[in-house]
Amino acid sequence: MQESFKEHVSEDHLMDCMKCGFCLPACPTYLITDQDETHSPRGRIALMKAMRDGDVVWDGSVEDAFDVCLGCRACEPACPAGVQYGSLIEETRVAIQQVKPQHVVAKSVRKATFDGVFADQGKMTGTVKLVQLYQKSGLQKATRKIGFLNLFPPFMQEMESVLPAIETKKKRTFSAKPKTTRVAFFTGCLMDTLFQETNKRTIELLEWLGADVQIPAEQQCCGALHGHSGELEKGLRNARKNLDVFDSDDFDYIVNNAGGCGAFLTEYENHLKEDSQYAEKAAQFSRKMIDISSLFVKLGMNARLKEMKSEAHSIVTYQDSCHLRNVNKVILEPRSLLMDAPGFEYKELIDASSCCGSAGIYNLLQPEMAKRILDLKMKGVKELQPAKIVTSNPGCLMQMNVGIKREKLEHEMQAVHIVDFLYEAIQKQS
Amino acid sequence: MKVQSRKPFEAIVGTENIKYSQAQLLAYSYDATANFQAKPDLVLSPRNSEEISEIVKICAKEQIPLVSRGSGTNLAAGTVPSQGGIILLFNKMNRILELDENNLTITVQPGVITQDINAYVEQKGLFYPPDPSSMKISTIGGNVSENSGGLRGLKYGVTKDYVRALTFVLPDGEIMKVGGKLAKDVAGYDLLSLLVGSEGTLGIITEITLKLIPLPASKMTGVAYFNSLEDAAKTVSAIISQKIIPATLEFMDKGTINAVEDFMSMGLPREAEAMLLMEQDGDPEQVERDIQQMIAIAKMEGATSTALASSIEEAELLKAGRRAALSALARKRPTTILEDATVPRSEIAKMVRAIQEIAEKYKVQINTFGHAGDGNLHPTCLTDVRDAEEMHRVEQAFEEIFLAAIELGGTITGEHGVGEMKAPYLEWKIGKSGIELMKHIKQSIDPGNIMNPGKVFAKETKMRLVIRGGH
Ligand SMILES: Cc1cc2nc3c(=O)[nH]c(=O)nc-3n(C[C@H](O)[C@H](O)[C@H](O)COP(=O)(O)OP(=O)(O)OC[C@H]3O[C@@H](n4cnc5c(N)ncnc54)[C@H](O)[C@@H]3O)c2cc1C
Ligand code: SF4
Ligand code: SF4
Repeated sequence: MQESFKEHVSEDHLMDCMKCGFCLPACPTYLITDQDETHSPRGRIALMKAMRDGDVVWDGSVEDAFDVCLGCRACEPACPAGVQYGSLIEETRVAIQQVKPQHVVAKSVRKATFDGVFADQGKMTGTVKLVQLYQKSGLQKATRKIGFLNLFPPFMQEMESVLPAIETKKKRTFSAKPKTTRVAFFTGCLMDTLFQETNKRTIELLEWLGADVQIPAEQQCCGALHGHSGELEKGLRNARKNLDVFDSDDFDYIVNNAGGCGAFLTEYENHLKEDSQYAEKAAQFSRKMIDISSLFVKLGMNARLKEMKSEAHSIVTYQDSCHLRNVNKVILEPRSLLMDAPGFEYKELIDASSCCGSAGIYNLLQPEMAKRILDLKMKGVKELQPAKIVTSNPGCLMQMNVGIKREKLEHEMQAVHIVDFLYEAIQKQS
Repeated sequence: MKVQSRKPFEAIVGTENIKYSQAQLLAYSYDATANFQAKPDLVLSPRNSEEISEIVKICAKEQIPLVSRGSGTNLAAGTVPSQGGIILLFNKMNRILELDENNLTITVQPGVITQDINAYVEQKGLFYPPDPSSMKISTIGGNVSENSGGLRGLKYGVTKDYVRALTFVLPDGEIMKVGGKLAKDVAGYDLLSLLVGSEGTLGIITEITLKLIPLPASKMTGVAYFNSLEDAAKTVSAIISQKIIPATLEFMDKGTINAVEDFMSMGLPREAEAMLLMEQDGDPEQVERDIQQMIAIAKMEGATSTALASSIEEAELLKAGRRAALSALARKRPTTILEDATVPRSEIAKMVRAIQEIAEKYKVQINTFGHAGDGNLHPTCLTDVRDAEEMHRVEQAFEEIFLAAIELGGTITGEHGVGEMKAPYLEWKIGKSGIELMKHIKQSIDPGNIMNPGKVFAKETKMRLVIRGGH
C-alpha cells in the first residue's frame, strides 16, 4: 500500500499543507465527531503523508479516516495555503483502490454503481424503466408492506422512499423567445432518468429565455462518482466519450443542472491536461461548462422574475451543493434567483454551505455518519421552517427529502430542485 | 515511560473518550509547527476536573508524560508529544459555564473556541478583546497557556490581562483554584500569572474566568500603502509618539500582501511594498479624530495611498486578510517557518531593516508581517525541509534575527510561546539565572516532570557563537 501511495499521491500537494488548522471549522466530519483530528482535513493529509513515508501501515483505522471524508471540499476555500485537497483525496482513493479489495457491502454497491448503472446511459435507462414499473405496478406499495426492503441497509430504504415519481406526460407551458444563445445540455444520468421531468423543464425554461438547446446524443455519465471513489480511470473513460460528443463549435455554453456533476465536468481539463489527444478538447469543454443557475442569470432571468414579483406567501431557502459552491464557486447566482422569485421570501438556511451528508454514494457507504450530518442540517431547517428547500443536485435533493421525512415534516415542507422551483413559481404567475 | 495498559484510563473517561488506533495516534502527532512530529501512546478526552485528577494520579505514579492539547495551532511544537505518553483533549470540556453581568466576568471550560467567546459576549454588549489570528480555531485553554496576543493587543493587552481565576490540576492530581471574580487580589505570590503562559508544563487548566469590558460604541478601520518598509515603520513610531493608541496597527510586507491577495482576491495593490492596517474604537468622535490623524500621519510619512473601510464588512475583510497572512504565505514554498521576534515599538524600523539584511545575507526568502503597533513581528521563512543545505541557512538566519531582536531590547517570542522549538534560545533572553529560577519552579511543582516534558527547557542552549563567527 505504501508503494501505491507513493505512486499515486503527490508529495508536492502534501507539502503544501502547513497544518495551520484554518480548515478545521469548515469540515463537517471534524465538527460532527467532536473535533476528531482523524476526521479533519489536516489529519487526513497528515495520514496520507504518513502512508507515503511509511510512518503508519495500512489498517482499518487509516482506511476509516479516508472513508469518512465526504469529499465535500469545504476545506478547500477555507485553506489560505491553497492546498488542493480534492486532488489529494481523489489520488488517495486511487491509491487504495489499486491495492485493496473492497468490503462485501461496499463492493456490491460500488459494482452496481460503477460497472452497472452509471457505466452507460443505456443501463441507466433500463434501471429507470424498472423503477417506473416498480412504482406503477403497485409493487412499490407491496414491497414496502412486506418489508422486502428490510434486506437493504437502512439508508437505502429511506432513499427508496423518496425516489421521485417518474412522470411520463409531456406538455409545454412557456413559449420560447427568439433564440440568441446556443446551448448544449449535459443531461446527467440521474437527472435524465429519475429526474427526467426536471430536465424537460430545464430545457423549457432555457428556451423561454431565448436559448437554442441541443442535447448531444450518446453522452455518458460525467464520471464524478467513479473519480471520487478511486475509479478515476473509469471516470476518464466516460470523460473522453463526452468530450467527443460535445466537441463542436456550435455551442456557446455547455450547461448542466447537477452540482455534483458540474464540478467534475469542469475538472476534465485538469484530469486530461497530460493527454495529448484530449487536453485541448477538455480545456475548451471546461471553459464552456456552466451550471444552470449561472446560465439563467446570464440569460436575464432575474429581470423577468422581478417583473412578476408578487407578495411573499411562504419562505424559500437554499441548501448549497458542495461541489457547486466549493469547486465551481457558484454561490450567489442561485440565491439571487430565489430572492427574485415571485411568491416567496428568501431566507438563508443556517450553515447552508455545509454538506447535507449525501455526497455521492456516501450515504450508502457511511450511513451512520451521513445520518448525523443530516440530523444537524435538519436542526437549522426546523428553526427556519421554510416551505421549500431548494437544491442544485439530485443527491442533495433526495437527502433533504429523507431528512424531511425523518422529521415527519413532509406536510409542511418540500425539497425541490432549483429548476422545478423556478418553473412552478413562474407557472403560477402566468 | 510508555503507557503500559489503557484499561485504567478507559475506566476513567469511558470507552468513547479514548483513542489509540494507529490513525488516531498519528492525527495527534503534530501541531501547526513545521518539522516537529511524534506519536503519543494514548489520546484521552476527559469530561471534568475530577477525571483529569484521576488520570494525572496514574501518570504521576507511572511517570507517564501528559501533553494538554487545545486545537494544536501553536507554532512552537508545544503539543507535539516528543516523549510519547498521553495527549489530553478538551473537546468534551467546551462549555460556557457562566456569564456574570454584575461582575463583568465569564467562566468557561478550556475547550471553548476563542471566537465563540468573543461572539457570545458581544451579543450582550460586552467585549473580550484578545483576538489571536487563530481565534476561529484556537481554544481559550491554549490561549491562556500561551498567553496569546492578537490584533488588539496594543490598546487592550494580551490574554493575561483578562484572566481572573483559574482552576487547574496539579502534577500530583490535586485540584486547585487561584484568583477570583474580584478586581484586586494581592494575597501572596501571583500564582495566577505563573499559570498563564506556562504552556502546559505546570498544570492542566480546567476552568477559566475572564474579565470582560463594555463593548466600544464604534470603530473605524483604515489602510495605508507604502513604497518602502521604512516609511511604514516610521508611521508606526510617529503614531505612537503622537500619543494615539490605536486598537489595531498591523503591518504586512509586499510578499505577504501578494500571498493574501492570491487567497482572498480582495483588491490589495500588489505593487505596494508595505501596508498598515489601522483601527480605532471607542466613542464615535474620538474614533473619527484618531483615524483621520493616523491617515494624515501615514501620508506625511510617505504613504502612496490611504483609504477608510466604508462598511463593517469591508473592515472585517481587511482584518480577515491580515489573519490569513501566515497560511497564505505558505503557498509560496513547501515549508513555512514563522518566528515571533518582538522589539520595543520605537525599534520597529530597525528590526524590519535587520530582517531584510539577514535574509539577503543568508540568501533565504523571508516575508514579514505582524502586530506593528506592539513591536511584535512575524518574520516568516519560506523554504523546503527536504533541502538540508537551505535549512541550515534558514536556521542561521533565524538565530541572527533572534539576536538582533534581543540586542534591540526585544525578545524571542512575543505571543507564540517557547515550546520545544524555541527552547534552545530561551537562555538568550532570560539568562542563566533566569533559566535556573524557572527550572526550580518547575522542579518543585512537577518533580516527576510529567507535564509536557521537553518544552520550554531545552537539553542544551544554542551557542550564540555559531552565528557570530559563522562556525
Ligand atoms: C495561522 C496562525 C495564526 C496565529 N496567530 C496568533 C496570534 O495572532 N497571536 C498569538 O498569540 N498566537 C497566534 N497563533 C498561535 C496559536 O494559535 C496560539 O498560541 C493559540 O493560543 C493556541 O491555541 P490552541 O488551542 O491551538 O492550543 P494548542 O496549540 O493546542 O496548545 C498550546 C499550548 O497550550 C497548552 N495547553 C492547551 N490547553 C491547555 C490546558 N487546558 N491546560 C494547560 N495547558 C494547555 C499546550 O500544552 C501547549 O503548550 C497563531 C497560529 C496560527 C497557526
Ligand atoms: S489544509 Fe490548508 S487550512 Fe488545513 S491545515 Fe493544511 S494548510 Fe492549513
Ligand atoms: S472534503 Fe469535506 S469532509 Fe473531506 S476533509 Fe474536506 S471538508 Fe472535511
